Amino acid sequence: MASTLAAPAAPAGRLFPGGLVKPSALPGFGPALGYTLAYLGLIVLIPLGALALRASGLGLSGIWAIARDGQVAAALKITFGISLAAALVNVVFGLIVAWVLTRYDFPGRRLLDAAVDLPFALPTAVAGIALSSLYAGNGWVGSLLAPFGIKVAYTPLGIAVALVFIGLPFVVRTIQPVLADLDSEVEEASASLGADRLTTVGRVVLPPLIPAALTGFALAFARAVGEYGSVIFIAGNIPYVSEIAPLVIVQKLEENNYAAATAIAVIMLLISFAMLLLINLVQAWSRRRSGHV
Amino acid sequence: MTVSFRFARLRDLVLVVLAFGFVVWLTLGAHAADLLNVSYDPTRELYKALNPVFAQKWKAETGEDITIKQSHGGSGKQARSVIDGLDADVVTLALAADIDAIAEISKKIPANWQSRLPHNSAPYTSTIVFVVKKGNPKGIKDWDDLIKPGVAVITPNPKTSGGARWNYLAAWAYASHKFGGDEAKVREFITALFKNVPVLDSGARGATVNFAERDLGDVLISWENDAFLAVNEFGPDKFEIVVPPTSILAEPPVSIVDGNVDAKGTRKVAEAYLSFLYTPQAQKIIAHNYYRPIDEAAADPADLARFPKIKLVTIDDPIFGGWTKTQATHFGDGGIFDQIYKPKS
Repeated sequence: MASTLAAPAAPAGRLFPGGLVKPSALPGFGPALGYTLAYLGLIVLIPLGALALRASGLGLSGIWAIARDGQVAAALKITFGISLAAALVNVVFGLIVAWVLTRYDFPGRRLLDAAVDLPFALPTAVAGIALSSLYAGNGWVGSLLAPFGIKVAYTPLGIAVALVFIGLPFVVRTIQPVLADLDSEVEEASASLGADRLTTVGRVVLPPLIPAALTGFALAFARAVGEYGSVIFIAGNIPYVSEIAPLVIVQKLEENNYAAATAIAVIMLLISFAMLLLINLVQAWSRRRSGHV
Repeated sequence: MTVSFRFARLRDLVLVVLAFGFVVWLTLGAHAADLLNVSYDPTRELYKALNPVFAQKWKAETGEDITIKQSHGGSGKQARSVIDGLDADVVTLALAADIDAIAEISKKIPANWQSRLPHNSAPYTSTIVFVVKKGNPKGIKDWDDLIKPGVAVITPNPKTSGGARWNYLAAWAYASHKFGGDEAKVREFITALFKNVPVLDSGARGATVNFAERDLGDVLISWENDAFLAVNEFGPDKFEIVVPPTSILAEPPVSIVDGNVDAKGTRKVAEAYLSFLYTPQAQKIIAHNYYRPIDEAAADPADLARFPKIKLVTIDDPIFGGWTKTQATHFGDGGIFDQIYKPKS
């Protein structure tokens, strides 16, 4: 028994003899867990529980009927589709931004590094108003695109721009520390052993970054799905074209149809949860495969 | 050691409780002489002008100081805040349906509220007009011009904006008279109109900003008072107002919130505040702020001259049949507005 307890490298999550929890050098598990549960309960679980309770009046068939309603289904498709696209764009470009910010030193790097966090700090409505005035037909960017017949503001493309904007810091900030920990000596070794640049990037640099990139992707995606403030100003909000699911929730509330509003919220929650679970599984798989955390 | 430690903690606790109590006392104390007017977007300037005059009058009559707080937003959203517990003393909203919703769901207002004050509880009225670019390049004169191909029309979403419901109904009234009540043709007209709408903003002010600042669209359908404010603010050299020959009589109603004023003990002052809106003194300010006054004799003739006489259809006209029916038929879930956007399958 005693020898099992002392075993240093037992895998986490295993049941330990004499208790459910692996003993730690520091005491205080009880209060810490109690605090965690109380806090999570108050902040996350009780509100979500209330949401589920309110929607449960409709029953599963009622919720399903609302999900299949044309306008709701279209809005869900737009919300999740564009969020997915925006998160994908952010993974690619966020990776590049993180790479530049960690690997090179240049004048203004710190300023640029700080600027990455701006979408975090900005009230979303401010971001939405700024983006829509920038991308409107008479805005700085919009007027440059207009001669090519490209309309951004008040189209689905506008939604994508807003979602890319608010999602970028999530990807950059999750990839940066992993990239900083990555020894450039490994790349040098790869190069000195005769690998060309593409091979070095594809087989040495990228694999350890994949779990972090996936985390960033998941965070950016989750944030995009729930985004409201910045989107409604630039979306155009035309039903079946550029109307996001959170706006449909607001409309149901305007009709004082609380049950339908919460039902849509629950549907969004379920889809998000399923997608985050999937991303987590992929992440765990890639972590096991590459051996990197 | 232990004793003094415990004592310190107890003392801290007492201090925290005292501080908390002080904050609560301050908050409650300050609110005792406050009146909260929950209104919709385009009345911001109007009540800013009316409130100090009422406060002065109240002080002269009773010797009491009163502060009137204003809350503005989309009419439907404001109604929901009151339903959900915002302790409004009075509501001054864009349409009767929103106050009906408060009465029905929260029971804080009796069902017969609209008969408690003169003129359907609407101390001022307005109508729906067009704002176009200076010189009216697209030649917009009447509702028919809004369904022409290539004309971009800006109006907020009737599902979220009270003003937008009046816009929609004004167009409906016009089409209904034009097609002699043939509903299929009226629907076609409304559908064509909304096909020309590139952006549905959630509120009247947002739509105005889209039109005036983002240079979006050729014509803005707007409250008459908001149209005047927009032209004043964004430049008479850039925009002008076109008044169509037919429009709707928009009656933004007011009511005290009985449940709240009784709980707060503000019934007397809240009632006085609403009655004040009907006085010649207030009517003059109302006309000056571009709302059509009930009592035209009280208004400055120069202010009155800005309101052209046009044919105004009311919500009680047989083509609508009152707010309750209109709300359900046109703007309810799956109603006519929802059907406009439904793709043909």
